[in-house]
Amino acid sequence: MAISFLDNNEKDSIMLKAAVLKNRLGSETSMREESQPEQIRASFLSDSVFKTALNVSAVFMLLILAGIFVTLVLESIPSIKAAGFSFLTGKTWDPVFREYGTFVFLVGTLVTSFLALIISIPFSLAIALFSGEYFRQGVFSSFLKSAVELLAGIPSVVYGFWALLILVPLVRTFEMKAGIIPYGVGILTASLILAVMIVPYSASIGSDIISLVPSDLKEAALSLGSTRFEMIMKVVFPYARSGICAGILLSLGRAIGETMAVTMVIGNSNLMPENIFSPANTMASIIANEFTEATGDVYVSSLIEVGLVLLLVSLIITVTGRYIINRTSMQQ
Amino acid sequence: MTDGKLVFRIIKDRLFQAVVILFSFAMIVPLFLIIYYIIRNGISVINWEFLVSLPKPMGDIGGGIANAVVGTAMLVIVATVFAVPLGVCAGIYLSENKKGRIAYSVRLCMEILQGVPSIVIGIIAYSWIVLSMGTFSALSGGVALAIMMLPVIVRATEETLKLIPENLREASLALGVPYSRTIIKVIVPAGLTGILTGVLLGIARIAGETAPLLFTAFGNPFMNINIFKPVDSLPMLIFNYATSPYPLWHAMAWGASFVLVVLVLGLNIVTKVITNRWKVRF
Repeated sequence: MAISFLDNNEKDSIMLKAAVLKNRLGSETSMREESQPEQIRASFLSDSVFKTALNVSAVFMLLILAGIFVTLVLESIPSIKAAGFSFLTGKTWDPVFREYGTFVFLVGTLVTSFLALIISIPFSLAIALFSGEYFRQGVFSSFLKSAVELLAGIPSVVYGFWALLILVPLVRTFEMKAGIIPYGVGILTASLILAVMIVPYSASIGSDIISLVPSDLKEAALSLGSTRFEMIMKVVFPYARSGICAGILLSLGRAIGETMAVTMVIGNSNLMPENIFSPANTMASIIANEFTEATGDVYVSSLIEVGLVLLLVSLIITVTGRYIINRTSMQQ
Repeated sequence: MTDGKLVFRIIKDRLFQAVVILFSFAMIVPLFLIIYYIIRNGISVINWEFLVSLPKPMGDIGGGIANAVVGTAMLVIVATVFAVPLGVCAGIYLSENKKGRIAYSVRLCMEILQGVPSIVIGIIAYSWIVLSMGTFSALSGGVALAIMMLPVIVRATEETLKLIPENLREASLALGVPYSRTIIKVIVPAGLTGILTGVLLGIARIAGETAPLLFTAFGNPFMNINIFKPVDSLPMLIFNYATSPYPLWHAMAWGASFVLVVLVLGLNIVTKVITNRWKVRF
């Protein structure tokens, strides 16, 4: 009786699926026809084992994350005891004299990432508009999309290597012409390569969000006589603002945690950077450089505490971004 | 008067469009430059000898990256062995329990885990495995990479299994098939390509990672196939050679970069082909 409510197509598809299933499960269903009580019990047993396995693996995920935090906190206790709050505000990092102040690295990380962000924003916005608004389909759009995906796929150590051999001499030439001390390596170089690395993330999120702007809103603006530029400024951007910001936040999170490319071109100086051309160190690069050479409990523990600070900073940014994205995509 | 204003508006519109196009394609320039240099400098180094022989001592011409290729393969295998069963099970759990406190926290946890900087994961694998075993090892590197791979696999599995229609499961259960068999023989095979895509994407994500390996797999100039000993890997080798001052080693690093980029991009392309051709759809 219930079947008769469905139209023929649906009926067909259900019959087809049942047939496919019978085929796949042939052996089991025939077994079940003359099933013995023991077999039923055995299947219930395997069911409960299976469900337990699923539960255990899900809980294991939580344990991994909890373990990461607990380990970082436990391992940085010696350093917290030794330095306390001055760990964050101290300006000298000198393992020889057991001075561990990470303010310089905090500044290095933030300056490098924000500079990279500022460089990358025009490009990622342009790409987002290009593939989310101007050219939604077509050869150019898919070409640009694959190019951006390629950029995202290149490993960070390759970026670093390329920047070290190609970008650093370019920057050095520029610095010589501009009359600045020609280090070549430094905050600017690191920011440039970081900008290239983070564009794919903010661009792809941005174009997703921009293509979600309802077309009736856009058509209404166009029908009132606005040009496409005015429509983008007055309809698309206000509508997509929070999503675009979230994409930018997420790419900032990536920039802060990025290690290899930055380590290779930032110049590794533990002094406070004077301007954006001077060498510096970020939190990630100081860990990468000194962790294997660190001797003594407090030294290692200080580096781990740097890791903890790095984790917290990047988590705050990433989780905020994710929260905004989830909220905006929920609204649509 | 109004005409002039209109012209001005139209010019502004065209100008904006031109700027958007210009900036979009400007981003392709670095991509081309990077790929150009890798191909130009890499291809001249690459030959069969380069892929199958071990590095020579400094100053000798020749030598290869066989140890790094084998090491990368080992690390990827170890990471996959750890991450795939766990990640797929957790993904199934999430798609089976869409609501619920644990499912919610696991989802949140995966998002957080995805945002953990890779160098921090290196520290974790160091304190969990290297410290307790007393030596750098391929195992610890593999575990670090597995942690990075997990979120990708969990998410891919969950998203794919969400697409499988409910009536498939109901039909199977109605035939008297036990729950576990229904999942293993009906639901998972129906979404297999999606899960496979997730695994491949995960491998592509970790194959080029260096930061978590710095103090776990550590690097090793000799061939090693013991997972309890340090191994070299392509990204580590590039890092070590790139930061050295010797042009000879830079050439080796270009060659290794070429191999690594071909590997990672190849994985991405295979993934794309799989998704396009055998898309999970109902």
